[in-house]
Amino acid sequence: MDIHEYQAKEILQRFGLKIPPGGLAYSPEQAAYRAHEIGGDKWVVKAQVHTGGRGKAGGVVICDDEHAVFEAANEMFGKKLVTQQSGPAGKVVYRVYIEGGVEIESELYLGFVLDRTTERIMVVASSSGGIEIEEIANDRPDTIIRSVVDPAVGLTEFQAREIAFDLGFNARQIPTAVVTIKACYRAFRDLDATMVEINPLVVTKDGSIMALDAKMAFDDNAMFRRPEISELRDKSQEDPREARATDRGLSYVSLAGNIGCIVNGAGLAMATMDMIKLAGGEPANFLDIGGGASPERVAKAFRLVRSDENVDAILVNIFAGINRCDWIAEGVVQALQSNPVDVPVIVRLSGTNVDEGRKILVDSKLPVIMASTLAEAAEKAVGSCEDNLQNSRIAMS
Amino acid sequence: MSILINKQTPVIVQGITGRTGLYHTEEMISYGTNVVGGVVPGRGGETVLGLPVFDTAKDAVIATGATTSFVVVPPPFAADSIMEAADAGIELAVSITDGIPAQDMMRVKRFMRRYQKHKRMRLLGPNCAGIITPGEAFAGIMPGHIYLPGSVGIVGRSGTLGYEAASQMKELGIGVSTSVGIGGDPINGCSFKDILELFEEDDDTTAVVMIGEIGGPQEAEAADFIRDHMSKPVIAYVAGLSAPKGKRMGHAGAIISAFGESAPEKVEILRDVGAHIAPTPSAIGSIVTQALSWLDKRPT
Repeated sequence: MDIHEYQAKEILQRFGLKIPPGGLAYSPEQAAYRAHEIGGDKWVVKAQVHTGGRGKAGGVVICDDEHAVFEAANEMFGKKLVTQQSGPAGKVVYRVYIEGGVEIESELYLGFVLDRTTERIMVVASSSGGIEIEEIANDRPDTIIRSVVDPAVGLTEFQAREIAFDLGFNARQIPTAVVTIKACYRAFRDLDATMVEINPLVVTKDGSIMALDAKMAFDDNAMFRRPEISELRDKSQEDPREARATDRGLSYVSLAGNIGCIVNGAGLAMATMDMIKLAGGEPANFLDIGGGASPERVAKAFRLVRSDENVDAILVNIFAGINRCDWIAEGVVQALQSNPVDVPVIVRLSGTNVDEGRKILVDSKLPVIMASTLAEAAEKAVGSCEDNLQNSRIAMS
Repeated sequence: MSILINKQTPVIVQGITGRTGLYHTEEMISYGTNVVGGVVPGRGGETVLGLPVFDTAKDAVIATGATTSFVVVPPPFAADSIMEAADAGIELAVSITDGIPAQDMMRVKRFMRRYQKHKRMRLLGPNCAGIITPGEAFAGIMPGHIYLPGSVGIVGRSGTLGYEAASQMKELGIGVSTSVGIGGDPINGCSFKDILELFEEDDDTTAVVMIGEIGGPQEAEAADFIRDHMSKPVIAYVAGLSAPKGKRMGHAGAIISAFGESAPEKVEILRDVGAHIAPTPSAIGSIVTQALSWLDKRPT
């Protein structure tokens, strides 16, 4: 789960990180008032969206007076921000954060990730901040500092000190730098984060160390014990169908293609998408309805996949292991009878009682296209999309 | 024959009285698994399915001599139960739970290092389908009847995709020595490499099917092992060809976040070390047949 920059800053500040003075605004008037409250003669207006690369897309504007703050915020509200990282759909701006300007001496990078090789929290830092970590890794790999934390003792004082010295802080700054690094680590550990990224961490002209930007992501599996973090979820920043699926306990990812997929099991769902691609088509989604695949979940899945207007065909691929194909076939029949669909439905059943399951689908007289192998199902799904396209061309001419 | 489990292996079930625990215990017993008891704190002394229930894993191990535990415990308490099994002297724990917090697993892995290597518990999962030696026993949630006994090992992250492979092989008359699920979580117990190592040592396994997916470094680590130590053919498929970067595909661990974590990159790495690549998921069975026929023709 992702949260906004201003939320991450509030959290990290509680743990001891310094941030510039700032305030949230839901309207241009509020934005100008926030600037007035903060004081000074320079402000940054920042769109609060769950994506990186805001600066280049016009989501970060520096202003010299309150009127300019009003104008910048006015420009941002309701705008769809399409950045290099947001995908073509972009993210709509509903909140802006106004921050007092600071005089920057140097920019650093400070990140924390769950490293899958060591299976521990790893600190990743660099003296070349302000650009994406991928760029740093490409252009200045020698500046990257890595430090792995033993979960039994946590981030030690000496580790934080080593990182701080490697980042180039001077002796006077070291204690504050250590506090900063440890604050981020404690927030990561205590709140079940999966990522903390301060980029840039800056040293100001007057020598203080503060976070100009902050990103945090959290472990969805741990949200049952982090109600205060779950509360920060902003559904306006999620794909609407993905958000709906999450609320219904289905695992769904929107994709750009036109063949809807309903599959049980994450691995089999990925494999089904691969088959569609290899048959010359493009999947419209990833959807895992779970190993059990009850008729109710099949019905829910049909509704979800049908809500995507780009879907020209639906491929159902169920491997009945614990349950039985005849039971799943009943579910498909019920779903299609109560909610008829106007696109071809290709069903491939496999596993226990497969013959009984196929018989139920054939006897139902529903316009379901049967397939016996994964390859056949994918070919039929891709083929039916092409047929549809031809038919509509004929109808139009 | 097999690795890790056979029909003699004494198995306990942590969480035996829950709905899921009870259901799968019955399935395991009817397949032939030697289930010897269960663990549920506060229910010690009761009897379930004719089996004794114990308050602690330690009590269960002392009373029954169990060496393997099937852990069916909900996410908030699962990590603790796994550590309890490790401390009780269990040799193999199977965790099917989907949804254990990553930091809990981080602590579990750290905890397991307390024990000397030869006493250290092996963990399968979490978020896996379990382990089966066809015709003998299983600890997990898989449908036993789709596996034919034989000599090809299977190791994979995904449950249903593993079933798909096993049933394709059954259609072609190819049997399985043992099939092992290592689970779809970002931090898990045994890795691909750990299981390949066991298959390489097992006299009754002639080839191994490895089913990987996007995300994480374990397929690349396995490739190094295949190159340096594996004499048996490995047939590999990696799922997630069309998965976009940065999107979680169902499994908590199935996310491309770094270089080398996409399906095409992993396929290349495995091809380079001589694995037989199944280009599509429906070709797994036929590629296994091909690899086995080459094996037969090999001069001995």
